[in-house]
Amino acid sequence: MNAATATAGPVSAGSFATGFAWSFARDLTLAIRHPGETLLVVAFFVLVASLFPLGVGADPQLLARIGPGVIWVCALLAAFLSLPALFAGDYADGTLEQMTLSPHPMPSWASGKIAAHWVASGLPLTVLSPLIGLQYGLDPATLGTLAAALLLGTPILSLLGAACTALALGARGGGVLLALLALPLFVPVLIFGAGAAEAQAAGLSPAPHLSLLAAGLILALMALPFAICAAIRIALD
Amino acid sequence: MNFYYFSSPATFYRLAGTMAPFFFAAALATGIAGLYMGFVVAPTDAQQGEVYRVIFIHVPAAWMSMFAYFVMACYGAISLTFNTRLAAMMARAIAPTGAMFTFVALWTGSFWGRPTWGTYWVWDARITSELVLLFLYLGFIALANAFEDPRRGDRAAALLAIIGVVNLPIIYFSVQWWNTLHQGSSVSFKGTSMHVAMLWAMLLMAISFWMYTIGAALVRCRTIILERERRAQWVRAMT
Amino acid sequence: MSSLEGRGLACSRGPATLFRDVSFRVTGGEWLAVRGPNGSGKTTLLRCVAGLTRADAGAVSRDGDLIYSGHLAGIKDDLSAEENLHGALTLRAVSVDAGAERDALARVGLEKRRSLPARRLSAGQRRRIGLARLMLDPAPIWVLDEPLTALDDAGQALFGELLARHLERGGLALLATHHDLAPPPARELRMGV
Repeated sequence: MNAATATAGPVSAGSFATGFAWSFARDLTLAIRHPGETLLVVAFFVLVASLFPLGVGADPQLLARIGPGVIWVCALLAAFLSLPALFAGDYADGTLEQMTLSPHPMPSWASGKIAAHWVASGLPLTVLSPLIGLQYGLDPATLGTLAAALLLGTPILSLLGAACTALALGARGGGVLLALLALPLFVPVLIFGAGAAEAQAAGLSPAPHLSLLAAGLILALMALPFAICAAIRIALD
Repeated sequence: MNFYYFSSPATFYRLAGTMAPFFFAAALATGIAGLYMGFVVAPTDAQQGEVYRVIFIHVPAAWMSMFAYFVMACYGAISLTFNTRLAAMMARAIAPTGAMFTFVALWTGSFWGRPTWGTYWVWDARITSELVLLFLYLGFIALANAFEDPRRGDRAAALLAIIGVVNLPIIYFSVQWWNTLHQGSSVSFKGTSMHVAMLWAMLLMAISFWMYTIGAALVRCRTIILERERRAQWVRAMT
Repeated sequence: MSSLEGRGLACSRGPATLFRDVSFRVTGGEWLAVRGPNGSGKTTLLRCVAGLTRADAGAVSRDGDLIYSGHLAGIKDDLSAEENLHGALTLRAVSVDAGAERDALARVGLEKRRSLPARRLSAGQRRRIGLARLMLDPAPIWVLDEPLTALDDAGQALFGELLARHLERGGLALLATHHDLAPPPARELRMGV
């Protein structure tokens, strides 16, 4: 037997647009007022990506060869670092409950949150990647492909990461559990994202890789918000 | 027939206890037959010699790893939709066996890879997605046990299992979509290009692994039932 | 006429059953007090009624919008009182003009502090933002868990006034509270018995 809540009579008109705009604006405002999270992501990305040339030596051919992969891994790890904060604050101060009870459809404000999260983490990484790529001696076409791949891939990482974070809300084992859940799911994105730039660097067309990333993004946008909402409901139960 | 009767943990406990030995026996019988067919009857491969025989473990284990995950995800979906306890317990019961078969598939694959392709490991599409499957199993087990309230763990892990189902078509179709190390499928519903003894050996081993998985899941589920229902009357009456 | 009804609700936390076969009915103009010792399931019951927690058995039905407030204040530290209030109302799809929000904040005594980030407010002042929300939200059903937490005497009196006005307008409330409130409850629901 399940408890069902039946309602009758006028219900406040909730709308997808309002819900999305509400959480997007709110989370961006919070990110601007508390830029620590964004700075951490950016700093980590820049620092770690800059450490590799120091570690493997300055051989230009080697650097150009490993560049796309290394930059992608750094972006992935940086994106991963920003995940725990996605729902933790709202969960702790009770706003997540209020959002769940809102008449606006749940996927609307959840998507808004994730969109704001991407603007504060994935987007800076994408914008900075050509600069980092210069350190590795990548040519302009490869830099462009790398940025395009990151542009398509980082939203997927945000969506997948949000699903894992929501699942692990309130769990013991903190960061390690999240890594175990999120990093394996990130792997296909990494493979196609780095593959696109590597193909371009090798003179081949990156179109297949980029198309697959785009398809993955569309699939993630359509399917994951519902999974994320289910996970949040489970967390609040 | 009153289905709710069978979904009561107490009833299932007894039922599973009676059925499990039959599954283990079937697993043993088909396993012996399959190994005999594979290692004794099946002819030596023209190109790979005796080493190829590891496929009689490798391929059925890989099939089982994917099938077990699918069944686990189905139980997860049932437990979330109908809010039942037993479906969630069955999902948890399958996970370790599924993880084991995934590991066996990867490990035997690497044994096969060394003499055949010259390397223990390569990041081809199918191997990588099988590795992701192993991590999905481990993530499922970790997530299920990460909460104070086991019901919360059940639900979170069930959702994870459902999300991860998208990996199964990737593993299956990866050899068609990409030019990678793995050969195309030799066994399909339309017919097969393999020698009949090899085919029989693989099918027998697959059935053996399947019977074993069911038996192991039933036994593990009984343990989980005892743990969860330890305060119930019928459990107390047993101890 | 708004109403809120629970039939045969049961919930467990982990292996222990919290409550079983809980039923109640509240109609417009009255409020029901949920009372009981700590750990008797009051919070869980209210969360089931609000729809946050799924009950193991039973059903909840209501006629009218519901507003819920639990142990957590639902206030973001980095937003100001007026931003929090406006955000909470937008989230509930309630549109009020800025003047009405200011008046509500003034009524709860946060006029001067309305632009400060909420982290600079005391716990009681944060709760008062919640009172302002109750003032402006037209939802007829209130499900509140210990609404007087952290409020001083003036705050508690203010809540009593708000409750009285809410009931006069045909609203109803399900409150978990160990306090005695000015408009007395129509009935009591004892948990943990």
